[in-house]
Amino acid sequence: MREPRWLARVALVAVLALVGAACAEEAPPGGGGQQGVDCATVEFGCVEVGADEPIKIAALQTLTGDAAALGQDQVYGLRLAIDYLDGSFDGTPGQILGHDVELVEEDEQCTAEGGQAGATRLAADPKLVAVFGTTCSSAALGVADTILGEQGILLISGSNTNPNLTAEGVHNPFYARTAHNDKIQGAVVAEFVYNELGARKAATINDESPYADALAAVFRAVFEALGGEITGFEKVQSTDTEFGPVLTRLAEGRPDVLYYPDFPQVCGLVTAQARDMPAFADAILVGSDGCASKDALDLAGDAAEGWYRSGPDTTGFQGGDFYQNEFLPAYLDQFGVDAALSVFHAHIYDAFNIWKEALEKVAIENDDGSLTIPRMALRDALFQTSGYQGLTGTITCTELGDCATDVVIAIFQAPGWPELDPKAEPVYTDTKSLQEVAEQYGV
Amino acid sequence: MTRAATEGLSGEGVGLRRVERFPIRRVLLVLVSVITALFVVIGSWKTLTLPAGRGYSAGAWRDFLVLGVAQGAVFALIALGYSLVYGILRMINFAHGEVFMMGAYASYFFAAAYGRSGFLDRSPALALLILFAVAIVVSSSVAVLLERVAYRPLRRAPRLVPLITAIGASLFLQHAALGLFGAQTQGYPRPDALKGSWSILGVPVGRVSALVVLVSAAMVLILSYFVRSTKLGKSMRAAAEDQEIASLMGINVDRVIMLTFAVGGVLAGVAGVLFALRFQFVHYSMGFAPGIAAFTAAVLGGIGSIAGAALGGLALGVLQSIGPALFLSGFNVPSPFQLKDVVTFSVLVLVLIFRPGGILGREEVQKL
Repeated sequence: MREPRWLARVALVAVLALVGAACAEEAPPGGGGQQGVDCATVEFGCVEVGADEPIKIAALQTLTGDAAALGQDQVYGLRLAIDYLDGSFDGTPGQILGHDVELVEEDEQCTAEGGQAGATRLAADPKLVAVFGTTCSSAALGVADTILGEQGILLISGSNTNPNLTAEGVHNPFYARTAHNDKIQGAVVAEFVYNELGARKAATINDESPYADALAAVFRAVFEALGGEITGFEKVQSTDTEFGPVLTRLAEGRPDVLYYPDFPQVCGLVTAQARDMPAFADAILVGSDGCASKDALDLAGDAAEGWYRSGPDTTGFQGGDFYQNEFLPAYLDQFGVDAALSVFHAHIYDAFNIWKEALEKVAIENDDGSLTIPRMALRDALFQTSGYQGLTGTITCTELGDCATDVVIAIFQAPGWPELDPKAEPVYTDTKSLQEVAEQYGV
Repeated sequence: MTRAATEGLSGEGVGLRRVERFPIRRVLLVLVSVITALFVVIGSWKTLTLPAGRGYSAGAWRDFLVLGVAQGAVFALIALGYSLVYGILRMINFAHGEVFMMGAYASYFFAAAYGRSGFLDRSPALALLILFAVAIVVSSSVAVLLERVAYRPLRRAPRLVPLITAIGASLFLQHAALGLFGAQTQGYPRPDALKGSWSILGVPVGRVSALVVLVSAAMVLILSYFVRSTKLGKSMRAAAEDQEIASLMGINVDRVIMLTFAVGGVLAGVAGVLFALRFQFVHYSMGFAPGIAAFTAAVLGGIGSIAGAALGGLALGVLQSIGPALFLSGFNVPSPFQLKDVVTFSVLVLVLIFRPGGILGREEVQKL
């Protein structure tokens, strides 16, 4: 028993020494960038892609658990984006600057812990150029964005909507997103219930997730700025099932509107239990895109009738010929599922393409066929993206990483939710930009 | 014990011994409890004297109470399962929440079919009886199997071993349900007869809440009769008292233990249907949170005692419903219900300081 273990240790040391030697040898050429980029001194250095090596990117998405469908949708979006590099959805991947693109998949489990573990594994790879993710804001906020940012690796999300990710002082310089900022969603909902439905008193319920907390806070701020009164707000746990006491407390303020931007289980249960109470029998109930699921409607049962929910406007996409006639059929053909119910594949597709444009601007093609990609310059080029026409609209990145500028938010009313009826028409839509929201309401 | 320890040490100064004897732990505990109790009393006073418009109406307090009792009744039924098993084996069956889930899920398939066919609305009483029967059969079978497969082989093992096994069994059952039934949430239909509310003494009470309380109360009464007066119940009490002597008296202890698990399963099955009717859903992880709450309730009431588990469940349900509003609103806490667990566990600590065995601790009440 003893000898083999001793041997194993020697072997381990030997292997480590070899690896160390290999690394040491590799380091100097990395500093030999040409054409005015000195990779040894420039911040975060460069990625060297050998002549026949692929450009490595990763998808850090939710691949297990309740939100797995949202993450899988974005992985498919990325695969299609790589497929289309050669100008057609033919199933054979295209190339960037003569190099293949290698996509690594990593699970973030829709939690901060998962985001930390996944990002740490990815950050250890010096060849990694960019990460596309995360699915859930909680996996990015202060976790994946920081861990990857410290290595100078870009993190670009197609579905994070938490305002804090791009807030002054919190934003990591290597984080960007093509998903909408929830400040816009919160503002549109507040305007809808105040101006269109004439509500003057509102209450909110949100669970502990950063997504729900921030969206409810924006709604309250805008509703008050419009002249409404917030009669109460409550925080619950996403595992709770009993909301009776919370609703009883909020009912004391006699709110016209109850806004609960949560996830399907809380959304559905709150709807069912609120409608059971006399105080909320005729109140306006509003959920958010986190509620957008058949599960939520099942849970609510008969009580779902008349329930509003907000979310990015998927019906707006129907105008795009390329999306309708090429993208969607290719999605169905390659992955065997219908993409029409989700939007995140389109956001991540746009994210990939603005990254590709930035890469083509800054990558240095060496004489031996290798690529030198300076990380800081790539980041700067991405953040300078302006007026790019993507699937989801015009994309212009701000200094704080918000690349979706004019966002269309739609409000649906059950049973006319797209989750039940793909052809459902929204009862209200509004287009807003972050700048407008900031100027009007100071959020 | 302290004195023996200090006197055993030679060469210690007299002063040190006096310090050792000073009951610092006790003083600290009393201090903590006095502060907590003051906080509770002052908070309640401030809440109840809030000016009209900012305080709560009588109707709200009544609703809090009704909701709390209904929630507590379900906790009580699950807590009884923990308590029975603890009483006889001195072990915490952490898989009990999953036993509850299995019963609820099994009855869901019948409920969904009856809902679609209209049977549930046409003869709700018969349909509900069948749902309860299905849940009872499945839950008690799962509980008995659990005992047979996971716990019996380890009965002589150190106490930590069955505890870890129980956690493993809990995960196993949860993931078995995930694999069998899927990750989606299923809506549980509610018969028309249980929609809306009844007026009881002028107080509107949700029909489901009323059913939950009635059925739970009936189950607790039946259980206490069973344990007190039937031969099987008496043998359970004997085995709980002392297994060796019970077996000398001709009681088959293995069978009694199996029976105990089965009885716990019956109660969990009933609780499962009540829970599903109340919240109108089933999900593979639905057993976890109520399981933890019911375990807390069992400890609060005095684990090992039937009346204790029932009382603990009720107390916990009412505390979670009324506590945050009553204790915290007066201090202008903006969202008091987010501190629900802080309130319940503070009260739990307070109770355990004065009564380490729970409200109806072991010294007061006969086990089982």
